[in-house]
Amino acid sequence: MSADHTNSRTPKANSMRTPLGKVRKFGPAGSGTSDFWRQRITGVAMTLLILPVVVVIMMLLGRNQAGAAQILGSPLIALTMILFIIASALHMKIGMQVVLEDYVQNEKLKLVSIMANNFFSLAVALAAIFAIFKLSSGV
Amino acid sequence: MALSIVHRATGVALYFGTLLLAWWLIAAAAGPAAYSNVQAFTGSWIGRLVLFGYTWALMHHLLSGVRHFIWDLGYGFKTADREWLTWAALIGGVTLTVLLWIVAYTIGGGR
Ligand code: HEM
Ligand code: HEM
Repeated sequence: MSADHTNSRTPKANSMRTPLGKVRKFGPAGSGTSDFWRQRITGVAMTLLILPVVVVIMMLLGRNQAGAAQILGSPLIALTMILFIIASALHMKIGMQVVLEDYVQNEKLKLVSIMANNFFSLAVALAAIFAIFKLSSGV
Repeated sequence: MALSIVHRATGVALYFGTLLLAWWLIAAAAGPAAYSNVQAFTGSWIGRLVLFGYTWALMHHLLSGVRHFIWDLGYGFKTADREWLTWAALIGGVTLTVLLWIVAYTIGGGR
């Protein structure tokens, strides 16, 4: 299908976006874009997870490495922490991108910083998840 | 009140704070020597200060985030409601932080 049908509602004649591409993301989540919606999903997820996570942290305080490793390695706790880390990484990546889009004026710097944000968020999450996997697979 | 900037600032602080969480987990996975490095930091006064700040940022951002959810659902836009929600997030965040640290020092032993 060619995407160059233009009509009065097409903003730019030379747009390279397909008709579907133009209307996607304005869907059932309301008026938001998908990033906006994901920011909410992950926020709600963390609100639900914060209580168990705080309990885990309280259990860890004051213990030595062996004790901490044993607690973090138990399946239910490992799963709780992994869920929180995934939600947190997605949420902070989206959140920081919004902040960068707001404050970074220079276009190139904006792209570079958004890319760095993606790398950072993914790397931190993977590092934390890897640590939990290692703890879970019997040290 | 312009509290949205505090929500943003705590969000950004938490962003970098995840490094601490990752460090902690990796140290736990790496072994006793790495873990005692973390504990040397968290046991120092500066480490305690950072952790206390992190706890407050998390609690405040959490409550302030719930405030956003309430707005998303279309409630709480009246001036009185907005003021109330804002104060609830401010005072609630500090209260939760202090409560958590009391619990932590009680069961964690404050070692
Ligand atoms: C709910 C939020 C938190 C509270 C109330 C809290 C409170 C405390 C307190 C009071 C201590 C000293 C008690 C002790 O050493 O036994 C402590 C130690 C520590 N905290 Fe937290 N903290 C919180 C979140 C975190 C987070 C998110 C991290 C990781 C990024 C963290 C990492 C640590 C570590 C590694 C120690 C040293 C553990 C030890 O000495 O056994 N805390 N925390
Ligand atoms: C604990 C539960 C949490 C809830 C309920 C929550 C909620 C929210 C909400 C609703 C927003 C959007 C605010 C807006 O539209 O202006 C937001 C933004 C943000 N959050 Fe969270 N959040 C939570 C935890 C976290 C954590 C753990 C981090 C970092 C690791 C984080 C980092 C951010 C950042 C960077 C922003 C963007 C700030 C801005 O655009 O002004 N949040 N949060």
